[in-house]
Amino acid sequence: MSHEVVRVERLGVSYRVGQVLEDISFSIEAGDYVGIVGPNGSGKSSLVRALIGLCTICSGSASLFGVPCSRFDEWGRIGYLPQNLGMYNPVFPATVAETVALGLLSRKRFPRRLNRHDHETVERMLEELGVSDLKSKLIGELSGGQQQRVLLARALVNEPELLILDEPTAALDPETRERFYRIIADINRTRGVTVLLVTHDTGAIGQHASKMLYLDKRLLFFGSFDEFCLSPEMSELFGEHSQHIMCHRH
Amino acid sequence: MDLVEILTYGFIQRALVAGTLIALLCSVLGVFLVLRRMSLIGDGLAHVTFGSAAIALALKLYSASALLVSLPIVLLSSLGILKLTEKARLSGDAAIGIVSSVGISAGIILASVGGGYNVDLLSYLFGNILSITQEEVFIAAGLFCIVMVLMLLFYHELLAVTLSEEMARVSGIRTNLISAVLVLLTALSVVLAMKLVGIMLISSLLILPAASALQLARSFKACVCMSAIQGCSSVIAGIFVSFVTNLPTSATVVLLNLACFGCAFLARYLLDPKRSN
Repeated sequence: MSHEVVRVERLGVSYRVGQVLEDISFSIEAGDYVGIVGPNGSGKSSLVRALIGLCTICSGSASLFGVPCSRFDEWGRIGYLPQNLGMYNPVFPATVAETVALGLLSRKRFPRRLNRHDHETVERMLEELGVSDLKSKLIGELSGGQQQRVLLARALVNEPELLILDEPTAALDPETRERFYRIIADINRTRGVTVLLVTHDTGAIGQHASKMLYLDKRLLFFGSFDEFCLSPEMSELFGEHSQHIMCHRH
Repeated sequence: MDLVEILTYGFIQRALVAGTLIALLCSVLGVFLVLRRMSLIGDGLAHVTFGSAAIALALKLYSASALLVSLPIVLLSSLGILKLTEKARLSGDAAIGIVSSVGISAGIILASVGGGYNVDLLSYLFGNILSITQEEVFIAAGLFCIVMVLMLLFYHELLAVTLSEEMARVSGIRTNLISAVLVLLTALSVVLAMKLVGIMLISSLLILPAASALQLARSFKACVCMSAIQGCSSVIAGIFVSFVTNLPTSATVVLLNLACFGCAFLARYLLDPKRSN
């Protein structure tokens, strides 16, 4: 039996500069790996930010696990990796282990204390993502790729059912980016975590995602990657030749 | 005069107890404030404390009573800074600047109406820990307990919000509440610290221990501990040095903190030249 994790109906989001999303409707089932793509300023990040309450929905509705986003409070079911890699002050004194442990706070009630079992969970997660050797390093001292892996560990440490990643690979080189996509695909496959990944990189994400959501302020396409490749709307947008290159799966 | 003899004086004992408690509060909170780029909030709230001290003096209230008049005014002003930042689309420094200038203007007007600046009001400019009363020590101890309990209860939330407000919100942390807790705790500490270092030097007590710890700390916990150790030891040493050399205590404490910062900076440069770039 399939479970609906995300449901969006006629969603609209606007900022002071104007409307960024209009009349968006779709739903995502448990276990899906959805790549959200589209040009700059198409509202990709606004869509995921609206889902997790980081920006206000001005029309329509959105729900997570059947609960309207405005009332959603089961944050332990969500793992989030934000867009800006450069957010950390390079001299911020938190270690990798301290940073990852903060991901466990979403499943705790006040006063949110961390115990020995929590620290063991953190160690296990760091090992799973192959960054246990970095656990005593300061987060600001890591390279972009290492920092993203640590933040992914922070997002996964509370064993979320939905993982939301907002352009996590924007500042990474192609090799590191591909390795990162493979890790996400593996998490989706082995743990059954539903993944919502915003990216510019349509070709690369298409090799891993089960569904594609193409936005340009409106929803232009939502379906499987194969349908995406054959879609006439996409041929119109990208041109037949570029679409062929993009849709070539390895 | 030896150390044991100095310790027999009641005013030195009171100064050491109150100074250590105040330094501990300021140095621990300072780590969060410096990392959140809110270091100057101490300065702004100190100016408000000056205004509130003028009100207390106009009402003929002194020492501990003046402290109790200042507390609600400074607490409300700290929330005012936060609201201005959130609602008026102002950056933190602009909001601090507005509240700070209102505080100091109120102080100047009240002092002028009340017949000019008197010695009591001027003591708020530079502080005088050696004149602290028994009542003020009790108030400092009480507030110290409140601030420390709240800080321990909210430690992980404070760290999460300091690291990334956005990620903290998605972890279900009420970031507005945590920011309010931080500025309220700072307000309490600033009112207490006025007696120790005064308006002019209050920022140094919040910033310098944290800035030194940031040079060398290899974890957040270590950073908080190092900052606390420097804050306390500089106040204790400052009280002794100023007593023996007959120098103003507040300025001595600040200069000792500055020396510690210089040593920490040098140590970082020598231990790891790459980190100092």
